[in-house]
Amino acid sequence: MEKTPDKISSSSEKNEVLNLKETELRLGLPGSEFLDKKATGFSLFGKDLKDENNKNIFSGAKRVFSDAIDGSNKWGLCTNRGSEVDLGKNDVLFSPRGANGGVKNTNILQSSHPAKEVPPQPVEGKKDENGSTASKAQVVGWPPIRSLHKNRLTTNLSRNNDVKGKSESSCLYVKVSMDGAPYLRKVDLKTYCSYAELSSALEKMFSCFTIGQYASHGLRGKEDLNECHLMDLLDRSEYVLTYEDKDGDWMLVGDVPWEMFTDMCKRLRIMKGSEASGLAPRVIEKCKSQN
Amino acid sequence: MVYSFPEEVLEYVFAFLSSDKDRNAVSLVCKSWYEIERWCRRRVFIGNCYAVSPQIMIRRFPEVRAVKIKGKPHFADFNLVPERWGAYVYPWISAMARSYPWLEEIKLKRMVVTDESLELISKSFKNFKVLSLSSCEGFTTDGLSSIAANCRNLRELDLRESEVEDLSGHWLSHFPDNFTSLVSLNMSCLGSEVSFSALERLISRCPNLKTLWLNRAVPVEKLASLLRRAPQLVEFGTGACSTEIRTDIFSNLVEAFSGCKHLKSLSGFWDVVPAYLPAMYSVCSRITKLNLSYATVQSPDLVELISQCSNLKCLWVLDYIEDAGLKALSSYCKDLQELRVFPSDPYSAEPNVSLTEQGLVTVSAGCPKLQSVLYFCRQMSNAALIAIARNRPNLIRFRLCIIEPQAPDYLTLEPLDTGFGAIVEHCKELRRLSLSGLLTDRVFEYIGTHAKKLEMLSLAFAGDSDLGLHHVLSGCESLRKLEIRDCPFGDRALLANAAKLETMRSLWMSSCSVSYGACKLLGQKMPNLNVEVIDERGPPDSRPESISVEKLYVYRTVAGPRADKPDFVWTMDEDGALRFS
Repeated sequence: MEKTPDKISSSSEKNEVLNLKETELRLGLPGSEFLDKKATGFSLFGKDLKDENNKNIFSGAKRVFSDAIDGSNKWGLCTNRGSEVDLGKNDVLFSPRGANGGVKNTNILQSSHPAKEVPPQPVEGKKDENGSTASKAQVVGWPPIRSLHKNRLTTNLSRNNDVKGKSESSCLYVKVSMDGAPYLRKVDLKTYCSYAELSSALEKMFSCFTIGQYASHGLRGKEDLNECHLMDLLDRSEYVLTYEDKDGDWMLVGDVPWEMFTDMCKRLRIMKGSEASGLAPRVIEKCKSQN
Repeated sequence: MVYSFPEEVLEYVFAFLSSDKDRNAVSLVCKSWYEIERWCRRRVFIGNCYAVSPQIMIRRFPEVRAVKIKGKPHFADFNLVPERWGAYVYPWISAMARSYPWLEEIKLKRMVVTDESLELISKSFKNFKVLSLSSCEGFTTDGLSSIAANCRNLRELDLRESEVEDLSGHWLSHFPDNFTSLVSLNMSCLGSEVSFSALERLISRCPNLKTLWLNRAVPVEKLASLLRRAPQLVEFGTGACSTEIRTDIFSNLVEAFSGCKHLKSLSGFWDVVPAYLPAMYSVCSRITKLNLSYATVQSPDLVELISQCSNLKCLWVLDYIEDAGLKALSSYCKDLQELRVFPSDPYSAEPNVSLTEQGLVTVSAGCPKLQSVLYFCRQMSNAALIAIARNRPNLIRFRLCIIEPQAPDYLTLEPLDTGFGAIVEHCKELRRLSLSGLLTDRVFEYIGTHAKKLEMLSLAFAGDSDLGLHHVLSGCESLRKLEIRDCPFGDRALLANAAKLETMRSLWMSSCSVSYGACKLLGQKMPNLNVEVIDERGPPDSRPESISVEKLYVYRTVAGPRADKPDFVWTMDEDGALRFS
């Protein structure tokens, strides 16, 4: 298939400059035309790639011809010089895998079956200034930017879609579960600055689930607060507050300074006292030694 | 007379030779010098892990203390080398574990490193000091745990740009409490948060720590605490600096930085809120290297920072700097030697910033010591290139990436042949060149004629015919690495210059016009080359011989065809047969 006029039209100037004839594309066995033209060499593909209306399609296994797709992407570019490339109606860029169909002068280069398809890597098509749609497909490995660098940039650009559990900036939400409660809650650890505050907040949250006894002992000094709370709890064998740390271990709340706790805490669990018996003795001893 | 020097004296003299070239030259003088030299060579550099085997290396150099090995070809950085292609380090580690018990340093680039390899390293070398994994992959943080736990004398752990499967940040906590030898830590590629208190304690107990590159997960409010524990740092990479600015965080940071009297290099700055940048002003005058390539900060803020860095030698920055910022750079930073400008939004059709060829021209005019350039932009002209060439004949590395493939001179619509021609003609010491834009065979004629010191050339979407490739292969006397994608180069130039390939480290050609038949012929003619056909469409002999191969990687080797090829790689054999692994 030949280039159609609408493809060339907006870049006809350039075509004149570049000697269109030389760049005329034809289909054929890869290399076959080349062999005929040994003496003169050949220019492979159209260089008028700045057609404003161009769309692109890059595919590994798919066919060479592009269908018009939305998006004003200037990258119609042939990747495979080896074969005569047909850029189809619009500029198209396809991976070399699609190129060698082995059929002379006919049709599309056969769709081939690469083990690995060229990943179109659609990127934030939202960036498109024309407001036109769709993600743009790209040439593999072009522009030559390391993927790590790309990922870091795209992470930045799509920060709105960041699905990280906790953001580094302003809040630190962790799930709180209570044994026997039908649903969980979430609290923002950053809004508290001590165990006391956390514990009173939790008591408010879970009061409907018979935690009354858990809460009603008022606040004492930061240092011995947790132990005493837990002492009270344990007196009643009711609940113990535990948390899961970064390593996945379940720990008793209150051992470490508050700051460190907020760093390490991934979720909270209000455990039934009976289940927490393994944890309890340590606390009792601690309290005893302090008294 | 050579014979009158006892061996010990020669060995003593040879110890002053650090360059491989010099040592290789010395080895050629006579047999006894060869013998003496090989016993006292301590550092070995292997530019292509498949060019030689571990056994050969060990046989020749029995007392090595430091190895540096490179694996995949450079284009692997841009996903052009399929997964599982190779470059496994394990065979090297396992051989060295048996033969080099005193090995101290392993530096790898673009290799596949497994946790098993890391564990073996950590257990085999009692005096292990330096592990550098640059652009490597295949390991997890568990492997790092082994290193941390077992390498008692570790000085450097550098993971730059590697792809690590990040299972947890717990690995850092494996450094024992009595471990104090750390000098350099680069964990910037890791995602997970490490235990901050473990990090703090580690830093506090390592008084010789000079280089610390944190990862993104360390928030800006924690930096001050770290810096206060390591005021002797010379290189520092922050984590993300995106926390909303608060006076206390800011003033802590100012104070902490002002305590760092030795800081020369800064990087990190992911998503940095511009208001944090002034916290660094106190160190700017000493800074020689600044990596802002993750800082999505606009030009005026960048200029504010850069204008304080009068001793800046190396700047990596995003194109947010714009032409205006580059102008400021050229007036404030007269010592600048290296500039890299990366694209902030490479995939959009329209430019999102006002960065053009003018910025580079201005820097080339204003910075007399500029020798190394990597520049991404959207337009270029021959006039600009000619100006750059005339301004800066001392350029050594020039890598230009015009984002649109085959973009012509935007003023004249001509190819950029004359522009690049001027570059190679004026810059007689040029060692590395990457071309882009619209280019005909002409530019290769210029390159072949003038670029006599060129060692590495990267081409994409360039040229018209085999003549182009022929010019390069026949003209560039110093060429070691040639990497080509999507150029109409085929059989003739390759076969005509087959002998040249033995003088080079490697040749990469993907999406070009080299037929399978030519590859076979090349493999037959040149037994000292591995001619690897990389083709994911299935065995090449299931297609006619005239069909072009997808990818071709040719490299000289004394180790023969490799035994670890995946199913999409074929080595062209001496007897013309297809060799599978």
